[in-house]
Amino acid sequence: MSSFFTMPSDLQHSYLGLVAWHLQLAMIPVLLGLLIALPFGQLCVRFRWLYAPMLGVTTVLYAIPSLAFFVVLIDWTGQSDTTVMIPLTIYTLVILIPAIIDGVRSVPPETHAAATAMGFGPARRYFQVDLPMAVPAIVAGLRVATVSSISLVSVGALIGNQGALGNLLEDATQYHRPILAWSSVITTAVLAILIDGLLVLLRRLLTPWAAR
Amino acid sequence: MNLFHYIGVFYGDSANWSGANGIPQRLWEHVLYTLMALGIAAAIGLPIGLVTGHTGRGGNALAFLATAARALPSFGLLVLLTLLMGLGLTPVMVPLVALAVPPILVTSYEAVRGADRSLVDAARGMGMGPLRVLFQVEIPVALPLILSGIRSAAVQIVSTATIAAYVSFGGLGRYIVDGLYQEDYSKVVGGATLVAGLALLTLGLFWLLARVFVSPGVRRSR
Repeated sequence: MSSFFTMPSDLQHSYLGLVAWHLQLAMIPVLLGLLIALPFGQLCVRFRWLYAPMLGVTTVLYAIPSLAFFVVLIDWTGQSDTTVMIPLTIYTLVILIPAIIDGVRSVPPETHAAATAMGFGPARRYFQVDLPMAVPAIVAGLRVATVSSISLVSVGALIGNQGALGNLLEDATQYHRPILAWSSVITTAVLAILIDGLLVLLRRLLTPWAAR
Repeated sequence: MNLFHYIGVFYGDSANWSGANGIPQRLWEHVLYTLMALGIAAAIGLPIGLVTGHTGRGGNALAFLATAARALPSFGLLVLLTLLMGLGLTPVMVPLVALAVPPILVTSYEAVRGADRSLVDAARGMGMGPLRVLFQVEIPVALPLILSGIRSAAVQIVSTATIAAYVSFGGLGRYIVDGLYQEDYSKVVGGATLVAGLALLTLGLFWLLARVFVSPGVRRSR
């Protein structure tokens, strides 16, 4: 049991250190992705013709395997955290932009009209009506993006120890200690499930009007 | 531009076009892994999703299962299973199937669940049994969504099957993993473009499938 939490010294991290690093590598891209996707989604709602080309570009980027993405980026960003976070940010965008558009478009026209009639300007209507109504769709997208981001960080191990918990996998193979691989897989899965649970909680807090 | 230079070198090298490490051979292996994993995932996910969608029961259990399967890290699972079972096809297939089951399961459940209730009631009123309602009404109406679930599963398998090369399997990941160790970026970039191309081809294929199999009436209403 001790080796489940005791990390080999060549990783230069404690168990909790790896967990923190993993969360940082996975969650910063999701947050960045959300920040970028919100205005882009709104642009696509505003200008409908933008949606198809934007979806096309992001789908092509999504199709590039994370490993290849990481390796190609080494040329520009070196073997650093940035190299891992750029592709994860793009994957988040691919999942979130359609989710945000669906969410904002699903606001009933009556609700929209009522807000306008109450004197809401476009900005106020967006922040106080459209965005809150889109929360369930956005959170649904965030859940998928977060879980896949947490899982993909591990692949960073292949580009030279940039995989946080994934780095344990290299050591597990090298020293033939399956317990390290167990530690990596179980911890990653537990992290994903925990964060997913937090997002569900967040949705409930943000949409008190929704049916339970 | 760097990237295009690498692409030119990779595709221009005639050594990359034949033999066991040639593009046709690696492409074929990749397609084979994809079809195998997608077939297994569809065999698991479709029946469960369709039946739970039809009865409308077990939706919560299904969502939980899908989340749990999504939470499994593909690369970690691959390495762990290879350590435990040795090199083989099973350690490669399990992560790919685990990756593909959730989208298939969740969308087929939601697609059937979301089929217009009045259509289902009409079919029942005409005396159709549960199986006929499922196959003649619910599935045809839900088909566009069901296909989109299988499509996203297929694209994810195509892009993730590259990690099979890490445990000395073939497929297009070979170029990426070998190129990485040999510090030969043209190989990495070439492999990446091949995978991206294959994923786009998959998207096109599903667009075609939808054109052929989705009934015109359903298509018009969307």
